[in-house]
Amino acid sequence: MEILIGGILLGGTYALLAMGLQLQYGVARIMNLANGEVLVAGSFGAFWFFTAAQVNPVLAIIILAPAAYVLNWLIYRFLLQPLVKRSKTQGHLEVDSILSTFGISFIFIGLLHTIFGGEYFNYEYLEIPYEVFGEAYGINRIIAFIGAVVIAAGLFLWLSKTRSGLKLRAVSVDPASARLVGIDVDKASAMAFSLGGAVTAAGGALISMFDTFDASIGVVFTMKALIIVILGGVKEIKGTIVAAFVLGLAETAVATLIDPGLTLAAAFLLFILVLLFRPQGLFGREAS
Amino acid sequence: MTTREVRNFIIVIMLFVLVALIPLGGSGYWLSIGVTIATYMVLSTSWALFSGPTHYISLATGAFYGIGMFVVGGGIEVLPYWSLVLIAGCIGAVLAALIGLATLRLSGVYFVIFTLGLAEFVRQIVTWIQTTMGTSSGLYVLTDLNDTIIYWELLALGAIVYLVGWWINRSRLGFALRIIGNDEVVAVHSGINTAYAKVILFVFSGTVATIVGALLAPRLSYIESNIAFSPMLSFIVVITALLGGAQKLWGPIVGVIPFMLVWDFLSATFPNQTTLMLGICFLLIVYAIPNGFAGLIEKYVPKMQGRS
Repeated sequence: MEILIGGILLGGTYALLAMGLQLQYGVARIMNLANGEVLVAGSFGAFWFFTAAQVNPVLAIIILAPAAYVLNWLIYRFLLQPLVKRSKTQGHLEVDSILSTFGISFIFIGLLHTIFGGEYFNYEYLEIPYEVFGEAYGINRIIAFIGAVVIAAGLFLWLSKTRSGLKLRAVSVDPASARLVGIDVDKASAMAFSLGGAVTAAGGALISMFDTFDASIGVVFTMKALIIVILGGVKEIKGTIVAAFVLGLAETAVATLIDPGLTLAAAFLLFILVLLFRPQGLFGREAS
Repeated sequence: MTTREVRNFIIVIMLFVLVALIPLGGSGYWLSIGVTIATYMVLSTSWALFSGPTHYISLATGAFYGIGMFVVGGGIEVLPYWSLVLIAGCIGAVLAALIGLATLRLSGVYFVIFTLGLAEFVRQIVTWIQTTMGTSSGLYVLTDLNDTIIYWELLALGAIVYLVGWWINRSRLGFALRIIGNDEVVAVHSGINTAYAKVILFVFSGTVATIVGALLAPRLSYIESNIAFSPMLSFIVVITALLGGAQKLWGPIVGVIPFMLVWDFLSATFPNQTTLMLGICFLLIVYAIPNGFAGLIEKYVPKMQGRS
């Protein structure tokens, strides 16, 4: 029971991160390996707001998410769009975008390291135990879970019900045909990329409420988000959400039953199994 | 062989002998940076043999290197050092074959992600084994091998890598790889077993990286998982190879030498900004010199010769 609830709480935040990456990879077709660093930047932002101005992290998201949106838009517009224009094939774009987002991620780490230093950070926000089925969980974890679910649900509704959401989904299915029906693909891609960044930064702020972080931890979150996206199937938002909970449960189970040092190893094992037995993801369709 | 090839071959051998004489100069600084350059020369060249033609970016170098170190560290009290280097090579080859078979059938992105996590995965497993078995986190490797001998060992390994690379470029395998790199669909339709070709090359480059780790273990003398599985190593290998140009056999070395000299100076002057600088290097390579120094040389040298 403890594993189940802990896993679900963790899975909620993971779902949010993976949706951010899904937008960037599924729509904008950029494999953004700096995703985890945007998350850590969000964590540091929340930390800074909380310690310097006593702003509660949930409110801080209202400022952090638009800031992350603008930052990611600038990154996309000035660093990644030239690569999209330059590349002839999807494979070529993948290699270029992987290398340049590695560069961006290192720059993020370097800047965060210079500003905040290399120590581990955490702050105490609502660390009051709350009992669920006889086991105590911090209220901060529960709030982070609720926050993640609210943002993820909002994003899901926006994507499936509104006209601009429909545009993004059209670009995700086929950019060339989307252009034919009068969708500005460049604009939609930039929007998806920036929105993905904003969602990720919000996730970072939520995670910072209950977890310790440091300047170089981003890559761990990038890995986890990528594993979830592949597990659920690229371009499958529903699959992503299920996969996020699978990963949350698997990690909590390994941390409780075997060793907390092996959480990434557990995620990785899951990844290997998917690659071996279902490379298109749990919910993905067979590639034609 | 044509006269031109014979001439080039003789020049290469003379350069090799000249480089091998560096330790006799007696300068500790040059020897130490020589070992670093030789290390990355071997790692980058073997990396480019696989990644250059196939365009699969491998970040597994650090994992293989760390495994090599730990094989030596774990067995040094039981077995002679030389046998451990061989065992490390075999373990690296088997592991690379397994990884290759599992991931190289899929698109490049999966492979990058997989190799990105691999070093951390192996590190967590090694740390976990050490804590559950109750051994200490570090291992001592005490031998009487000094920097000069390690340097020569690395040069010898480098020579082997070059010979194999030269042979591959002339063989059917190299031809197959170039077709795969240009268009995998075409390669499949011409009857090339693409998975087999990619796995063979990946096994070679993984084995070499493991052996390099095993060769360098005596230099560190104290091996700890955080140092052996440093994520920086894989990235520097990628950068130096791309900076030089991964398409040519001689490309990586053109990148390694200037990069390591500048890097050594910069990381000594700004020790806290190494990650930031690494990031800038990545962006510079992608935007300014996508084909590396080798690409620049190939583009401009014929022009200048044409003019004179």
